[in-house]
Amino acid sequence: MQVDQHHFDEAHVLHELKHYLPSQTPLKDFIHHNSLHAFQDMKFYDGIFKAGKAFGFQVTLQLNDFRRLYAIGRIKEAVLNKVIVDRKGKDQLEIWKNNVLSKGYDENDDARIGYLRANWKQHYKIDLDTLVHPLLFRILCSYLDQGIALSDFPATTNGFLSAMIDLERNSFASFFKTKRAKSMLLNGKPTITELLQIVVGDEAYFEQYLFDQHFSHRGWSGMVSIIGDQPGAILSPRKINLEELIIFELLLEIDALDYKFGSNWKPICSHVTEPPIDILAPVETTELQEVFKIWQDAFEWNYYDEALSGIEQLKKRPSSPAEAKSFQAIFCIDERECSIRRHIEQADKKCETLGMPGFFGVEFFFQPENAKFYDKLCPAPVTPKFLVKEYDVHGHREHDLLYTNRSHTLWGGYLASFTFGFWAIVRLISNIFSPKMSPAISNAFTHMSKESKLTVENKNPNDRENGLQIGYTIDEMTNRVEANLRGIGLIKDFAPIVYFVAHGSSSANNPHHGAHDCGACSGRPGSVNARVISIMANHPEVRNQLHIRGIDVPETTQFVGGLHDTASDMIDFFDEQELSEVNAKAHIANRASFEIALDNNAKERSRRFASINTKASLEQVRKDIRKRSVSLFEPRPELGHGTNSLCIIGRRSLTKGLFFDRRAFMNSYDYSTDLAGNLLVGIMRPIGPVCGGINLEYYFSRVDNYKLGAGTKLPHNVMGLIGVANSSDGDLRPGLPLQMIEVHDPIRLLVIVEHFPEVVLKTIQTTPDMYEWYQNEWVHLVAVHPENNQFYYFKNGAFHVYDTVAKQVPVVDSTLHLIESAKEMETNYIVDATQENLPIYLID
Amino acid sequence: MENILQLFVLLPLVGYLITLLIPRKNERALSIVSIFTVGLHMVGFFAFALYWLFTGQATLNYNFLELYQTEEFSFFLDFYFDQVSCAYMAVASILTFLVTIFSRYYLHRDPGFKRLFNNILFFYFGLNLIIFAGNFETFFVGWEILGITSFLLIAFYRDRYLPVKNGLKVVSLYRLGDLCMLMSIWLCHHLLHENITFIKMNNPLYLDSTLGHDYIGSLVVCFLFLLAAAIKSAQFPFSSWLPRAMEGPTTTSAIFYGSLSVHLGVFLLLRTAPIWEHFIWIKIAIGLLGLVTAVVASGIANVQPTVKTQIAYSSIVQIGLMFIEISFGWHLFALLHFAGNAFLRTYQLLVSPSVLSYLIHDQFYNFEPKPKKVNSPAMKRLRYTFYVLGIKEFNLDFFQLRYMWTPFKWIGKRLDFLNNRIFIYILGLFYVLGILMFIYDGRAHWELFQVLKYSYAIVGVVLILKAFTERGDAKRAWTMIAASQMFIAITIAFNEDVALGQIIIFLSGVVVSAIVGYVCLVKITTIENNISLNNFHGHMYEHPKFGLAFLLASLGLAGFPFTPTFLGIDLLFSHIHTHQFLLIGLTATSFVFLELALLRLYARVFLGPHVKSYHEIAYKSS
Repeated sequence: MQVDQHHFDEAHVLHELKHYLPSQTPLKDFIHHNSLHAFQDMKFYDGIFKAGKAFGFQVTLQLNDFRRLYAIGRIKEAVLNKVIVDRKGKDQLEIWKNNVLSKGYDENDDARIGYLRANWKQHYKIDLDTLVHPLLFRILCSYLDQGIALSDFPATTNGFLSAMIDLERNSFASFFKTKRAKSMLLNGKPTITELLQIVVGDEAYFEQYLFDQHFSHRGWSGMVSIIGDQPGAILSPRKINLEELIIFELLLEIDALDYKFGSNWKPICSHVTEPPIDILAPVETTELQEVFKIWQDAFEWNYYDEALSGIEQLKKRPSSPAEAKSFQAIFCIDERECSIRRHIEQADKKCETLGMPGFFGVEFFFQPENAKFYDKLCPAPVTPKFLVKEYDVHGHREHDLLYTNRSHTLWGGYLASFTFGFWAIVRLISNIFSPKMSPAISNAFTHMSKESKLTVENKNPNDRENGLQIGYTIDEMTNRVEANLRGIGLIKDFAPIVYFVAHGSSSANNPHHGAHDCGACSGRPGSVNARVISIMANHPEVRNQLHIRGIDVPETTQFVGGLHDTASDMIDFFDEQELSEVNAKAHIANRASFEIALDNNAKERSRRFASINTKASLEQVRKDIRKRSVSLFEPRPELGHGTNSLCIIGRRSLTKGLFFDRRAFMNSYDYSTDLAGNLLVGIMRPIGPVCGGINLEYYFSRVDNYKLGAGTKLPHNVMGLIGVANSSDGDLRPGLPLQMIEVHDPIRLLVIVEHFPEVVLKTIQTTPDMYEWYQNEWVHLVAVHPENNQFYYFKNGAFHVYDTVAKQVPVVDSTLHLIESAKEMETNYIVDATQENLPIYLID
Repeated sequence: MENILQLFVLLPLVGYLITLLIPRKNERALSIVSIFTVGLHMVGFFAFALYWLFTGQATLNYNFLELYQTEEFSFFLDFYFDQVSCAYMAVASILTFLVTIFSRYYLHRDPGFKRLFNNILFFYFGLNLIIFAGNFETFFVGWEILGITSFLLIAFYRDRYLPVKNGLKVVSLYRLGDLCMLMSIWLCHHLLHENITFIKMNNPLYLDSTLGHDYIGSLVVCFLFLLAAAIKSAQFPFSSWLPRAMEGPTTTSAIFYGSLSVHLGVFLLLRTAPIWEHFIWIKIAIGLLGLVTAVVASGIANVQPTVKTQIAYSSIVQIGLMFIEISFGWHLFALLHFAGNAFLRTYQLLVSPSVLSYLIHDQFYNFEPKPKKVNSPAMKRLRYTFYVLGIKEFNLDFFQLRYMWTPFKWIGKRLDFLNNRIFIYILGLFYVLGILMFIYDGRAHWELFQVLKYSYAIVGVVLILKAFTERGDAKRAWTMIAASQMFIAITIAFNEDVALGQIIIFLSGVVVSAIVGYVCLVKITTIENNISLNNFHGHMYEHPKFGLAFLLASLGLAGFPFTPTFLGIDLLFSHIHTHQFLLIGLTATSFVFLELALLRLYARVFLGPHVKSYHEIAYKSS
């Protein structure tokens, strides 16, 4: 080993660590992201195999799972053959087919992480983790606690270490058992390097030691790192950073060693004979990896091919002539809205539905009346310059006395036992036998009060608050409305009413409720956005401006915002009183259509819920679905983004008539209004981070629910209002819980764009960030040629013709029978679970 | 009327046995049988209780089953019913019923669905035995069942490290409680010269006349009861086990550690009140213990930053207050307090996941940055000190490890020389010698026997401690455990004229279990090569059947109440006299570490994260 490699660059290693640690923010916001984002600069397979080797993650299904999927026909032979031929050439087909189907491999592969620190146990018979972790987690959690503990952390002003110094200096008790570590802390902050010299010794091992240390509790380390970078991620501010955590943890380790051995211990390197391991060194390729690649591709293409075959078949149908629309409804691209769109089109054959990201192009901070903070309502990477405030709210927020933390004090608890105690049992009985909405349940409809007013228009540029402009000027409003309408190709043939239907999700007893809300609104319901964009589009001055810019919205057309609760399947609309007399009447009829659609949507969803009999009457199913969303005992109020696999950007005609089983994100886009692809850039920019992020988070939480997911949520304990952990002494658990991912087939997202391949290519190449998603294959991309209907698959920087294998998909008369006859999974083991997911059907 | 009592005890057992037969995947049948069982139990009990309440509330007693009878000793199960049983059963039946329904939906698709419902019913059976117990033997059978189901419920997520570790931690303390119970029962036997029923205890004249003989002995009995109650109810200094017991699904944590299990210390005190009420010192001790607990635990509850630990400690505070109430003789008041606290904490635990959205929402609207408190330096120092102590749980966890378990581990590590084969041969020879002497010598050399029995007892303890700390071969540890039981049997045989039948009853369970367990370990070793006890192996993942068989064998060896060994242990203890402190000390030590060594062995071989890396494995920190 060369001398220069021994140099330990503290800043660099810290930077590396932060890069690889999980970046999930505290749970009040839930932003889906690629769990292995740190490896995204590599090709998908290279990245995941490296992550697997380095950190011990499981990154694909097991070999046996794939083979069983093949045996039950979930992976078809024709697709497998095609994948092998594509990857290995025709002459290698038999060899590789034998390899993937029956050759024995040793799948055990030990990770690189953890070797160095394991030496403590080996040479000193001491389990440092058990000695240090519980206290460390407890201190971190107390410091960062947002409001569970009755008593605040006494000193929090100048950062974590300063607070600890203050605490140690002014207390008779100490977190340390020995003198050395304590005095090192009190006599001026020691540096990481100094401490590592004591604990590790040889500089060449420092980096490895720190990785070992922090990947033994990546939950807390990740949380500290993210709060350090984004102090706004928690409401009650706390200063902390990863460096402080490392210093404190090393001090605790020194303390534990000093306590046990006095001065009879030496840095760990004095016992290590092997050279340091570079955890992030390249991984050698193996035959087994090739086998996994083939299986994973085959599993994915099995589904993609079905989807493309369905589209191909649909294209052969004669298109129906355009007629006047009864109404238009614009939904979020979210794949959960895929089914409600189908049902509303069924309920009212003359309506038209469209899709776009659920913040509807209006980015702002929202401040509910009386709130002390702002909520960001737009995709996570965007930083809005606008503020929308709610006012004139009637009614007030309800409280639930059973949640008061006063019941945890001595006398408070005493009184509570004799009073609330008996009330609690009554509540429990009613919760179990007739679940109802209550203040403790997160209710999507209370995000904004229906009767309130919003500060949408800005008439005075000096109207500002905390650096944000309150409301939008006419010009700013017009820009947003225009961009929206053009983006989805809605620039003519306006119906009398155009609905913007946002979505949110109500759920009870669910710390991960944010993950069920709208991803395009930073994990919150999109109701305010739907209302704001409608108010803008109804503004007479905006209409004038639009006219000048070439979009003629008839004067009689009105825009209405609404909110769809994806858990309880309820819809409500805002500002209905603004509708003209004619439209008000039409709206009543439309509402009836929405109700029918919701009934059917509830029925379709209910097929996956054991607690509901799908064959019961629509009314009953609807009631049960609503009950379920407010049931404390239900760990699956809804299934979130589970099963998402497609993202289709194009006209509705591309998909109308296909049954996607709620697996497709759908963004409306009309290539014919944008031949050069100027608008396409804006549409495709968020697809990777938002849809790809969601998809990959589900993928990794599915394949390794223990390390990359949060595990089963049943034993979760809420820690400091920022995260969940198992029990009292466990590490934080980022990622998705088991109950959210069990329906999910771990396949990457396939983005299907209806446009000329060369335009799509140009589009994705506009920014390196966007290009990386496709070039490195973290999502797949297919362009549908709008004129010759040929599919083009993007690979290695170019589009290649793709001919479907299946050519056609089965046809059904109606989805009703399909839904009623579908079987529920027997267990959540992937081979059983995947059978619950229905194939693509053409609806007759 | 009293013969109805047995139905309440047997109903959960029947339900439990039925659920054992239902296939794992049949969630519907499992949950319906469970809900029906506890539902029927609840309805039946309330009908019974109401009738009883309005017909004079006479205390009921029912001699259920004679298990063993000699001239001076009879072992029988007895049921009993009074106000205390009534209140406890009312709370327990409502909560168990509700939580069983809750779990049906909550546990849907959990791979351990069946295990959970099995455990709930078995736990409920144990609880019924305790609540309806009419004598200490019956009580103790229930107490043992509760201990083992607690371990299984805490280690429910058995493929992770922390649940398994904490399961062992809790069961270690429970074991100490068991020992206190067993010792006090043993002393009671000798003080009262009979297997006393609770109904008899209610007669003050009877107790006065008998306990009066031995003041110190009686005081020790009461003290042991108090200790057992303190452990079970997580009182000072044992409090830190309770938050760590909340490893299973929220529903079972809520019902067992939030309410039913943790209040059993209170129940024990109420049950034994007729004995300890005579002693002012015990009353003071109970009150003081409650007071110290209330103060210390509220200090800890005050700084808890996680929902479940906060609820755990605030529940402990209230139980401390119940102890105070009991010491003042306000029994009915304590019962009311118990009911309220049990309901409240169960509810709070069940809705604990809601706290995140509720409080964040609350903070969103009502957040006020708290002004920094400006104290005088002395006050500040005091505040900080309490804060730090609260976070460290007043070092309770640390002290338990250091002063309760580390000394035994230290001894165990000094016993490594036993790994040498020569010592094995010597011990074997020594044992054979013992048997030969027992058979051929009759009791000719009585004095020699009296000396030798201590050697055998010491060997028994040494073997068990060695097994408890063994880090090498699992088979060796297992053999040592089985052998230690053999040595204990000799000890007792030498101690006094024991009928051979009693020894055989004791050993019959030991031998069968030892063989079954050994076969399991041999099989696993053949397949997996290395099962050293230095770490957890998680072989349950690939060998669940061996795991189950081994668990049963371990329980059998430990004298769990489904083998004759259980009866045997009780019988053998009855042969140790009150003045034989050394002997009781040695046998009791072996008794405590027996179950711990067995469960540790089971946990290390079968539980925890799996050693193979071809599938998803949990982090050790989870």
